[in-house]
Amino acid sequence: MNLDAIDGGAELADAPVPGVLAPALDIVVTSVSSDSHTWNLVYLQLVLEEMGHRVTNLGACVPDETIVESCRTGRPDLVVISTVNGHGRHDGLRVIRTLRDCPEFAALPVVIGGKLDTVGGAGGQSAAELRAAGFDGVFQDAGAITEFRSFVAALPVAGLTTGWEPRALVGAGEAMAGA
Amino acid sequence: MEGDLVGRSFGDVVRRRAATHGLVVQPRMGFADPARMRAGLVATRGARAATAGTITLDSYTRVGDHESVRLALRRGDDLNGFPIVGHGPDATAAMIDGVAGPDFPIQVRHGSPDPRHIVAALLASGLDATEGGPVSYCLPYSRTPLRDAVDNWARTCEALAGARTPEREPHLETFGGCMMGQLCPPALLVALSVLEGLFFWQHGVRDISFSYAQQTNAAQDEEAVAALHRLAGELLPQARSHVVVYTYMGVFPRTEQGALRLLGDSARLAVRTGARRLIVKTTAEAFRIPTVAENVTALEYAARVAADEFRAEAPLVGETGLHEQAKSIVDAVLELSDDVGAALVAAFARGCLDVPYCLHPDNAGRTRGYVDGSGRLRWKRIGGLPIRETAEVISGRPMSAAELIDALSYVELKYDAGALTPARRPALIEKTTVKERVS
Ligand code: B12
Repeated sequence: MNLDAIDGGAELADAPVPGVLAPALDIVVTSVSSDSHTWNLVYLQLVLEEMGHRVTNLGACVPDETIVESCRTGRPDLVVISTVNGHGRHDGLRVIRTLRDCPEFAALPVVIGGKLDTVGGAGGQSAAELRAAGFDGVFQDAGAITEFRSFVAALPVAGLTTGWEPRALVGAGEAMAGA
Repeated sequence: MEGDLVGRSFGDVVRRRAATHGLVVQPRMGFADPARMRAGLVATRGARAATAGTITLDSYTRVGDHESVRLALRRGDDLNGFPIVGHGPDATAAMIDGVAGPDFPIQVRHGSPDPRHIVAALLASGLDATEGGPVSYCLPYSRTPLRDAVDNWARTCEALAGARTPEREPHLETFGGCMMGQLCPPALLVALSVLEGLFFWQHGVRDISFSYAQQTNAAQDEEAVAALHRLAGELLPQARSHVVVYTYMGVFPRTEQGALRLLGDSARLAVRTGARRLIVKTTAEAFRIPTVAENVTALEYAARVAADEFRAEAPLVGETGLHEQAKSIVDAVLELSDDVGAALVAAFARGCLDVPYCLHPDNAGRTRGYVDGSGRLRWKRIGGLPIRETAEVISGRPMSAAELIDALSYVELKYDAGALTPARRPALIEKTTVKERVS
């Protein structure tokens, strides 16, 4: 997708953000195949870049194969799926099963968030079902951003060989546990 | 026009109903279940307002993933609209049987860069009114190359035109007046709406509505709709046409009062500017797919507000050059080729058309819109657009996440601000459930 459409981009992602001793994660931000909303993707990209991470934004209506392919080539530390069109439960279940079926992505952190059904979360089964199918985090709608930031901040970073100090935001032991 | 008085086609009925009853109001309504969809159409027809019916299609049908429609229907998963291809023409014809009529036209609304299968299905179901466009249903709705969408839409227009009979005049509405729902300065919306109308005409469609979506400032919106009327009249005087206004298409107020006030302002805008039709939004917009009852409330509220408003007679004051901007964009695009489709592709390739914040690979992405201190939507960066912008604000600093949310929330906050009751998710009370089947 066209990254020029978003301010921020490389300038922000490549430079360490002053004051945050966090190693940058490589993060894929993506929609699902049926969803064309993109303001959510632009917003999440900016949030993550401001946290000092590198983001690849796959854009709207992303076919499952494109998500898998981008995980193979980019080897991200985290995949963030955002969808608001109401098909999130259906599309999300299909994507996570596809990813978890690939042995190399069995432990890859993958989260989903947005408006995941057509009834504003009434009933509340969608989140439980998505978690059970293999998502590491399910974030419903607007209030979820704070929770999401803490989730990302607590993620172990795989590539500690980059010379970065372990992040100051979480305990060093925790940060290195997954290394 | 003679057809207007007797015709049964969508455009004729809208113009006739608007002439006798004032503004025609229409929902954005779509349900997966045919019985519920029918109940929604029946309720729309029965609302205390001059209404047109809507069948909004689900996202799987829009992207051509009919396999997921089948799976979802089998598993009982809800869809965000009516899968017209999956249900097929017989089921759709049965669903609208006895509901569609000479005073109640129905339009199919979708959002597909390749609507050939959708248009085949709607024509086979006995329907002939829909909406979209090669740009407006490609850039904000897909990753399909613009060139392909242009071809698909040319074939689609030809299919609609081919269904014309003395009694049946297919109707197509541009969606160009909405691009991305928010933060696109009005001159570009007007230009795209007109350009898509010209594209429809070139491919044989004769009854066209030109859309414009309410933005951030009422005076600016009035100037924009006036520019749309003027340009459409100058460039397509031969077409049977009308203007349709959409209630705000961006991040919506979360309070009931805020949502209704915004809806009311869009109804006033439509009446003041001489639009014939208004497509409404509901108090559930910020949260989830609205119920039938919420749609009816919105239709009746908009019609009530419209009935108390009058068409502005005096020429609009405070012209800011919007018509000139829109006209110079349209002229520059049309200079690129006699074929409107080819001109659109060339224009995007060179950034002569460029939609702010649109991630589509064929969009240059060098323009930006912002809301100025008076609430007007302005250009922050014009990229390669063929316009002169006196107040260009060039900011080298990238936008932060918080600034983006502020810009996106301008309307929401303005309308929620005065609300007496706090923002709260409306309870989901759906009376027309599947159990009360109408069929
Ligand atoms: C703008 C808009 C559009 C534009 C989108 C342009 C574009 N390319 O982006 C247009 C007009 C094209 C559009 C089209 C459609 N839309 Co729309 N759209 C909206 C609208 C008005 C605003 C969305 C927006 O821009 N928000 C701003 C961004 C920044 O926020 P956000 O998306 O809400 O996400 C926030 C949170 O959800 C959260 N979040 C999101 N993802 C994630 C992920 C993680 C990990 C985390 C932590 C958090 C998170 O963070 C964000 C900031 O708080 C909303 C209603 C509203 N909110 O007012 C409807 C809405 C999202 N649309 C909706 C629908 C259904 C559609 C359509 C399918 C048409 C239809 N059937 O009505 C089509 C999409 C076609 C498709 N193939 O999917 C529904 C979804 C209903 C549901 N889920 O129950 C909504 C809610 C409207 C409604 N009430 O019916 N839409």
